Amino acid sequence: MTTTYRSTRDIPEQEYLSAGTALCAGCGGLECIRLFHKVLGKDVVFVNAAGCMTLLTTYPMTPFQGSWLYTTMGSAAAGAQGVRDALDVLIERGRMSSKEDLKVVVLAGDGSSADIGLTATSGAMHRNLDFYYLCYDNEGYGNTGFQMSSTSPFGSHTHTTDPVASHPAGTEQNKKDLFEIWRAQKPPYLATVSPRHPVDMARKIEKSMATDGPRMFLALSPCPPGWGYEPGQTHEIARGAVETGIWPLKEAIRGMVYHTHTPKMDPVATYLEMQDRYRHLFEPKRQEAAISQIQEKVNEYWASQNVRFRDA
Amino acid sequence: MKQMLTGNAAAAWGARLADVDYVPAFPITPQTEIIETISHWSSDGTMGCRFVMMDSEHAMVTAAGAAAATGVRVFTATSSQGLLYALEAMYTVAGWRVPLVMVNVSRGISSPITLEADHNDILSARDTGFLQIHAETCQEVVDSIIMGYRIAEDPRVLLPIIINMDGFSLSFTREPVTIPDKDKIASFLPTYHPEHALFRASSPMSQGVAVLGGGAYSYFKYQTHLAAMNAIEVHNEIADLYGSLTGRHYGLVDSYKTEDADYVFIITNALATRGKAAVDHLRLQGKSVGLLRPRLIRPLPVEAIASQLEGKKGVIVIDQNISPGLGGILFQELAAALYSTPHRPDRIKSFVGGLGGKNISQDEFDYMLSAVSQDEYLWTDQPELLYTQAEWAQMQSMLAVAGKEVPDDNYLSIDT
Ligand SMILES: Cc1ncc(C[n+]2csc(CCOP(=O)(O)OP(=O)(O)O)c2C)c(N)n1
Ligand code: SF4
Repeated sequence: MTTTYRSTRDIPEQEYLSAGTALCAGCGGLECIRLFHKVLGKDVVFVNAAGCMTLLTTYPMTPFQGSWLYTTMGSAAAGAQGVRDALDVLIERGRMSSKEDLKVVVLAGDGSSADIGLTATSGAMHRNLDFYYLCYDNEGYGNTGFQMSSTSPFGSHTHTTDPVASHPAGTEQNKKDLFEIWRAQKPPYLATVSPRHPVDMARKIEKSMATDGPRMFLALSPCPPGWGYEPGQTHEIARGAVETGIWPLKEAIRGMVYHTHTPKMDPVATYLEMQDRYRHLFEPKRQEAAISQIQEKVNEYWASQNVRFRDA
Repeated sequence: MKQMLTGNAAAAWGARLADVDYVPAFPITPQTEIIETISHWSSDGTMGCRFVMMDSEHAMVTAAGAAAATGVRVFTATSSQGLLYALEAMYTVAGWRVPLVMVNVSRGISSPITLEADHNDILSARDTGFLQIHAETCQEVVDSIIMGYRIAEDPRVLLPIIINMDGFSLSFTREPVTIPDKDKIASFLPTYHPEHALFRASSPMSQGVAVLGGGAYSYFKYQTHLAAMNAIEVHNEIADLYGSLTGRHYGLVDSYKTEDADYVFIITNALATRGKAAVDHLRLQGKSVGLLRPRLIRPLPVEAIASQLEGKKGVIVIDQNISPGLGGILFQELAAALYSTPHRPDRIKSFVGGLGGKNISQDEFDYMLSAVSQDEYLWTDQPELLYTQAEWAQMQSMLAVAGKEVPDDNYLSIDT
């Protein structure tokens, strides 16, 4: 498939998401949504689960050119099911012109996606619902003040996993691998994206638009207050996650995985060090064991034989 | 066309005649026959709707509301644990101000787990913003579903509505039902062409948005209340139309021999049929009794209830539910409804009965009447639990088998 997106110059200038929202400055998730709206176009309905993005539309204002439906924390994918089915029924029964059709896009955080909303999402995938799913992954329950979600990484500090003498690593569980959980259902399109790689992201969205069924996206979403860094550093952080190999950029077509970017494999410590949520791994005493555990997991991942590359 | 139909089959017929577009579903006893029937009719083309098996009731109600917000006519059904599982989504979609009809087949709530009817399930949805009609017969189920769409879709209302029926005693009981004529219903309830805001490419809309501060929140919540109150007037208009079309007339309340009665039993749902038989029996003994069955529970037709009870000597409220720490739920609502009535009955007694599908015997009806009509009327702030000697003896033997000490407490209302 040929792509429209060869460089950042190809990304449409037209903005469908206006500035000045109530979200934090430097929100990585918002960057991803902005690009999604650009590439998908104006005719979308975002079906939202409770999280930071819920505050984007506050009566009587919305920053979106498209439509919006807030559901609950656990049932955004079911809301997408209802909207998609209704649009299909109306077109089938001749009660709505197909010109009025909308792309249905779930917008949910990692906590919603990996925890309370996992069943509803799995159900929608199982029913082969024709929709897009954008999970902005800030690796914690952001809206409620950054507690641990099942996608918080090992070694990170959240407000419910304080690093203390008996639990020096902070979060002791490994990050739930939502990509692999989703991949088990073999959706027609599944990809990870990062706001620092907009061309890669735009190509993936465009590619997914050429198929039907569940189009699933996991977006790295650096979060200044939750991760502890200055808002201006979001792109540096996103770059770090990708180039250390912690956040692989990849896609899976009906379960077949391809990587779309070869990381430089910078040491993970260079990425961890930039964020307050990992500060306890370096100060007051460097926790070598925890840092090398993180490094080894990354090495193991990239050494595994099923890593294949191609451009998105 | 008259047929012997279960309450569940009657519900499926209601959805079929209403020409619904969309049915998201999730199974639970005793509701399953409804969704199996619709699934069958949908796949063989008898019904033109899209039927979708969801992954939970929470998802089912979200999908139902989202589809209604997109402009199709939606039907769904659940019961008991399913209704509770959906509760968060119910508040959510009622706040979207979208019409749809959901049938609830009442069943007691775990723990302990049971399959039989009481009303703690449906009354826990009391404050969601869904309207509620409680049906006594299979005929009323089919008629109420059809009328329910007209009420819910009325621009003065625009709220989802639940039609409630009792598990087993209605859901699985065959009764003669007149299935309304398809063409007549098509003229009464034409294909759905909503005028409220919808998701369309040419007219973007935001639904369910956040509000900042109590001012906007209170405004929208109170709007929902006012819309629910409008449903009283709308119900009466629709019921008149439906009555002249089918010959079956439904009121806000169903009054049975109340006009000349001194004492009135208040019962909802299928148990009212048992209550009416008890009234006949008591009347044969010369007792001046009647029965009032509120059909609308949300909105609660306070005026209609109060005017029916005005000047009566006594009222007996039988709650087929229990709010631990307070008692019968309807009793509380009715006592409040009567408080400012000019000639309110000065005796009102609260009984809790029929929990988990338990029967209420004639002796118990006799007992309740004597409790409220005897010379020495005792006001109690606690409800009395209807529990017979025989039931107590059976319970005692179960406790003994379970190796539990049998309490001496006397649970009995009556000695039969
Ligand atoms: C049923 C339910 N439980 C809890 C909440 C409270 N809550 C709102 S947002 C949120 C965190 C969501 O986390 P995530 O999905 O990761 O999105 P983020 O807040 O990070 O944007 C929680 C727990 C809720 N709204 N609903
Ligand atoms: S807390 Fe994080 S994810 Fe939430 S709005 Fe702020 S930056 Fe974005």
